[in-house]
Amino acid sequence: MIRLFKEKEKLRAQNAIGASPFTKQSAGKLRLNKDMSELNLPKSCSIHYPDGKDELMNFEVTIHPDEGYYKGGVFLFTFQVAPIYPHEAPKVKCKTKVYHPNIDLEGNVCLNILREDWKPVLNINTIIYGLYHLFTEPNYEDPLNHDAAAVLRDNPKLFESNVRRAMAGGYVGQTLFPRCT
Amino acid sequence: MAPASTGQESRSRDLDKLLLRPGNLVGHNFEPGPGLRDDLKEYARVLVVGAGGLGCELLKDLALSGFRELEVIDMDRIEVSNLNRQFLFRLEDVGKPKAEVAAKRVMERVSGVNIVPHFCRIEDKELEFYSDFSIIALGLDSIEARSYINSVACSFLEYNSDDTPQEETIKPMVDGGTEGFQGHARVIVPGVTPCFECTIWLFPPQVKFPLCTLAETPRTAAHCIEYAHLIKWDELHSGKSFDPDDPEHMKWVYDEATKRAELFGIPGVTYSFTQGVVKNIIPAIASTNAIISAACALETLKIASGCSKTLPNYLTYNGAQGLHTKVTEFVRDKDCLVCGPGVLVQLDTSITLQKFIDLLEEHPKLLLSKASITHRGKNLYMQAPPILEEMTRSNLSLPLFELMGEVPKDVVHATGTTTKNDKKTSCLRKLRVIFKGVDVITDVDTAGES
Repeated sequence: MIRLFKEKEKLRAQNAIGASPFTKQSAGKLRLNKDMSELNLPKSCSIHYPDGKDELMNFEVTIHPDEGYYKGGVFLFTFQVAPIYPHEAPKVKCKTKVYHPNIDLEGNVCLNILREDWKPVLNINTIIYGLYHLFTEPNYEDPLNHDAAAVLRDNPKLFESNVRRAMAGGYVGQTLFPRCT
Repeated sequence: MAPASTGQESRSRDLDKLLLRPGNLVGHNFEPGPGLRDDLKEYARVLVVGAGGLGCELLKDLALSGFRELEVIDMDRIEVSNLNRQFLFRLEDVGKPKAEVAAKRVMERVSGVNIVPHFCRIEDKELEFYSDFSIIALGLDSIEARSYINSVACSFLEYNSDDTPQEETIKPMVDGGTEGFQGHARVIVPGVTPCFECTIWLFPPQVKFPLCTLAETPRTAAHCIEYAHLIKWDELHSGKSFDPDDPEHMKWVYDEATKRAELFGIPGVTYSFTQGVVKNIIPAIASTNAIISAACALETLKIASGCSKTLPNYLTYNGAQGLHTKVTEFVRDKDCLVCGPGVLVQLDTSITLQKFIDLLEEHPKLLLSKASITHRGKNLYMQAPPILEEMTRSNLSLPLFELMGEVPKDVVHATGTTTKNDKKTSCLRKLRVIFKGVDVITDVDTAGES
């Protein structure tokens, strides 16, 4: 290709190459756009874009469970999507402090498709449904909050009242939960 | 012993065997002769991305292969642990920028070579910076960085109306990579051979342990380290983010991991293993880097000079058990969003976004219904979710020409659904939009050269 390089170098030396309008495509961003344009959320979930309509790589999802232990609560999640999405799963954190067996007090979420079972064929819709499912079906077998998991397993009635107390704003054991209803 | 002939002849003697003689297995448009050797020096500008294990080797190899105009970009500073294989660096260089020291050392040893260092992130440079090079050689260690450079190189590519790539817009890349005893070298000629994105599925998914395993049932030393790194850190440092390059942070993770390992009776937590797990470090082998770099430098020379056909197009090397090496010819993804031609759509400047979306439904090559449209990262119209639909709805009545900044041609992306064999499938397509009757500014037009 040296002849071509030579021609181009000569043009470059003469400043003959104008600034052409290059378009760089990040495949991750395009794929995320596709996910967004196909979102089909349950009524109890809503999505927000703090950085506007063109910056979708960071966004927030609010879940209002309409059944189960967490009915009446409002839970905020942040999503961070990497440029190599969907090769890598989005980073998801729960911003609402919640008494939940699968979410710890720092907002880490134990959902298999966010880590070990993530596949590029999955999408944002799948993750949001997965999160929603954590509220309708909390599960004591994959605990991140060990105490909450033990109570759910051994005494579901007590678990229910603990959840109610936490969501209303109050202490469960030594931990204070801000109101989230 | 022959008299020392200190001339150009002796220095390029071996290279001349490739560049001065004709052959039967040479590349396309090969024109042997001393002029070629001189042109390589003068006109072939090569950018080396990364000045680490592979980058040091690449700079040295390229400088010794007749290239004289080189540049190197790297954002890192030299660390003590680099010195076993990044042979251009010395103990007194620790803390200095890799790109600057590497450039200086090669220029000291290879007379006449000119290397411009860039101590910055690859994202800090404008696209025009990358556009100036003839070939880009990659010595990187991450998928992210490769994907970025690939998208930059592919952004220069333009297609003719028959979907063949315009040769003068092709920016060839040579990509090397090593992991311990294994490595790969590949030639990426956008529009001709598969680009990085066409074959991204080749990379295995990263190993990520379930958080609940880390929190509840650790079984390995790596589980204990990731517990300290991912869970314990946040618990005790609210708001302060973990910095893997801060030795105090690393020491803290190591100490916490050690406590946890003792609690569960798990052996094997060491400081260096902690670093390895947290920073995802794979032991680097100097000879693997040398072998892969040699292959990359040779391919760079072949692309530039045409002295031989290039590697078709992916070489893997495995030195773990004996030695195994193999070349695989991967094929392009014809619908690749990054390097593919996309579907050509010619439009009148008066057409509105709404009308454009309707047209895509009837376009025989697309049959795309309910399309959402994106142009240069701007969402012109989104069908969902409702919040984005609302924010973009007002664009529907505006002319697409205006929304695209009144350029004569550009690429837009459309997502929507198509019907294939009576089944609805969602798809994402690249469209090359050309507006009729608008003068196309002659860009990289090499007047008659092809």
